[in-house]
Amino acid sequence: MSSEPAIVAEGLGKRYRLGEAASFRYRTLREELANSFRRRRGLAEEGEEFWALRDISFEVAEGETVGIIGRNGAGKTTLLKILARITPPTAGRAVTRGRVGSLLEVGTGFHLELTGRENIMLSGAIMGMRRAEVLQRFDEIVEFSGLEQFLDTPVKRYSSGMYMRLAFSVAAHLDPDILLVDEVLAVGDADFQKRCLERMSDLSNVGRTVLFVSHSMPTVVRFCPRVVLLDRGGVVADGPSAGVVGTYLSSGLGTTAERTWSTPAGAPGDDVVRLRAVRVLDGDGEAVQEVDVRRRVGVEIEYELLQARPNLRPFANLHFFNDQGTCLFVSADHVNREWWESPRQEGVVRATCWLPPNLLAEGRVTVTAAVSSYNPTVVHAREDDAVAFMAVDRSDGDGARGAHSHDLPGVVRPLLEWSVATAEPRVPAGGAVRP
Amino acid sequence: MLGAETTPAGGAAGRVTVLEPVSGWPRLELSELWHYRDLLYILAWRDVKVRYKQAALGIAWTVLQPLLLMALFTVVFTRIAHFTLSIDAPYAVFAFTGLLPWLVFANIVPASANSIVSSSALVSKVYFPRLTIPLGSVLARTPDFLISAVLLLVVMGAYGYTPRVGTVLLPLLMVAAMLAAASLGIWFSALNVAYRDVQYVVPFLIQAWMFLTPVAYPTSLVPSKLLWVLALNPMTWVIDVARWALLGASLDGWVTLGSFGTMCFLFVTGVYYFRRVQNFFADVI
Repeated sequence: MSSEPAIVAEGLGKRYRLGEAASFRYRTLREELANSFRRRRGLAEEGEEFWALRDISFEVAEGETVGIIGRNGAGKTTLLKILARITPPTAGRAVTRGRVGSLLEVGTGFHLELTGRENIMLSGAIMGMRRAEVLQRFDEIVEFSGLEQFLDTPVKRYSSGMYMRLAFSVAAHLDPDILLVDEVLAVGDADFQKRCLERMSDLSNVGRTVLFVSHSMPTVVRFCPRVVLLDRGGVVADGPSAGVVGTYLSSGLGTTAERTWSTPAGAPGDDVVRLRAVRVLDGDGEAVQEVDVRRRVGVEIEYELLQARPNLRPFANLHFFNDQGTCLFVSADHVNREWWESPRQEGVVRATCWLPPNLLAEGRVTVTAAVSSYNPTVVHAREDDAVAFMAVDRSDGDGARGAHSHDLPGVVRPLLEWSVATAEPRVPAGGAVRP
Repeated sequence: MLGAETTPAGGAAGRVTVLEPVSGWPRLELSELWHYRDLLYILAWRDVKVRYKQAALGIAWTVLQPLLLMALFTVVFTRIAHFTLSIDAPYAVFAFTGLLPWLVFANIVPASANSIVSSSALVSKVYFPRLTIPLGSVLARTPDFLISAVLLLVVMGAYGYTPRVGTVLLPLLMVAAMLAAASLGIWFSALNVAYRDVQYVVPFLIQAWMFLTPVAYPTSLVPSKLLWVLALNPMTWVIDVARWALLGASLDGWVTLGSFGTMCFLFVTGVYYFRRVQNFFADVI
């Protein structure tokens, strides 16, 4: 047993030049020549620099499972990419001990023309395993994925769920000492997600080290004893998960009341559904950050339906969480029977869920937005903590709070109907009441 | 140093990888490449499978391409223009002996130039020695020249030319052609990531290149003032040695040596350049 940590990061930093990384991505020789000409004449504007990660230091012990949280753009994926050797750091240094397996995005490293069997061999070879080593684990991988019948089918014919299952099975069974997992559980059916999480905790039980990036706070709290919170490229908090998740949720670092995706490519979704926007609306349909619990509030989910098939009825669903990470309730648009029974057509769909007045307790409410369909159950698109808003209780005797002015417990605060009457008036002493 | 180095360390912890900013001269890490040889094989197999599946003509094209060019050369250079060969072989056999290694080269270079960019999904999501990609695309052409080597024997038979003992060197010559192709393919594959117009330049370059390579004509017919052009061409030595071994043509020592040296230079600098920029592939691809 080695007592040295599995991962050590010392002052890790990663800088991108915005000009290259974002707008141009790559250049052409022609542009390069034109630029060098301009530079010589002093006309070139210096590319703006952007530190995706800055001065990150932490250690992860062998066998530890660590969650990494933070809002989008906080640097979580960049950190995993450095540890997985996909991109070098610009500053600092990191050391990993053991074979690193990574699952960054769905279906890492598969080739569409190759069959499932060939892709398993390909993934193993990419991890630096010899053919014999992969073959030793082959049956286990196939069994976990449950894709026996499709092994000799090119993976381009796989559904996104099948693809995902194979990808996770491969990554989790090729015996990495360190497993880096990024948001892979966002797609796939619930049963498989559960098995993935179980497999991850099995791995950590046998001394493997797991780094797990997720937006799902309940999952993080359940599976990671320790959590690192990143914001704007730096470590904001690092410690026991409940405390760090609490900090994250209450600090407002997380999420805003409106999320939009400008390009379908960057938006969550698969080849059926792409999210376009999720918003919190007040009764007049305006986007709001703060909601009075006495008024109704809407959460709108806007998505593009890319494929309309006769038996495919995607439905929007919303999961509401309070800042302890407790799920308050879930609602889906198939409660609207008319919509549920009508055939879908391609195009932009806007579904708004209206919460009645006097339902929420005060506090921060975070909403996970998803579009799914049944038979088979598929989550087409899912954005954890897509939007959040503050529910404030300013009621003055007219809400659920009534005349109570102190803290009021409870995860919801419905204004319920009370039937009240004096059922049996007490007879005053000394004589009967006459009718 | 390279962005990351892996050293075998004792004990259960296995490999220790140090991730640091990239600076200075890269290390070649050829042992790591050797460790990943199965990946090389699988990537090559993938290319072969995809190519023969997608091209409708498939293997037929591999056979037709050299035959058609041979026929074309024969018509142009024996009926229209005319030059006499100093060796005792039909022009068609002479041309085919040059075309064989040339087509290996001409088919490999553009394919490996595109190889990194077309593997962007892999490169941006998972680590492995990047050199396996262009090298895999070189290896993927192995079936092609096995087919055309058989074809050469058929052509020789058709023209009543008795194969010489040197014909047994044919497999080695094909390896030489692949090395020459790799020396440029590695350069172009890395350049193409940074400068995406390389992939449009390469096909044209290869077309022009054929005229600067003794494919249709023998080196012996080139004016001595221009021989330096052939000496700076990494393909010259492959074709000249092929004709020396298979047809008994004479060999210009200096041109052969110069051309071989050029190839080695391109190969080594290519690998170094590749190693130097490979860490940033994922950032720009």
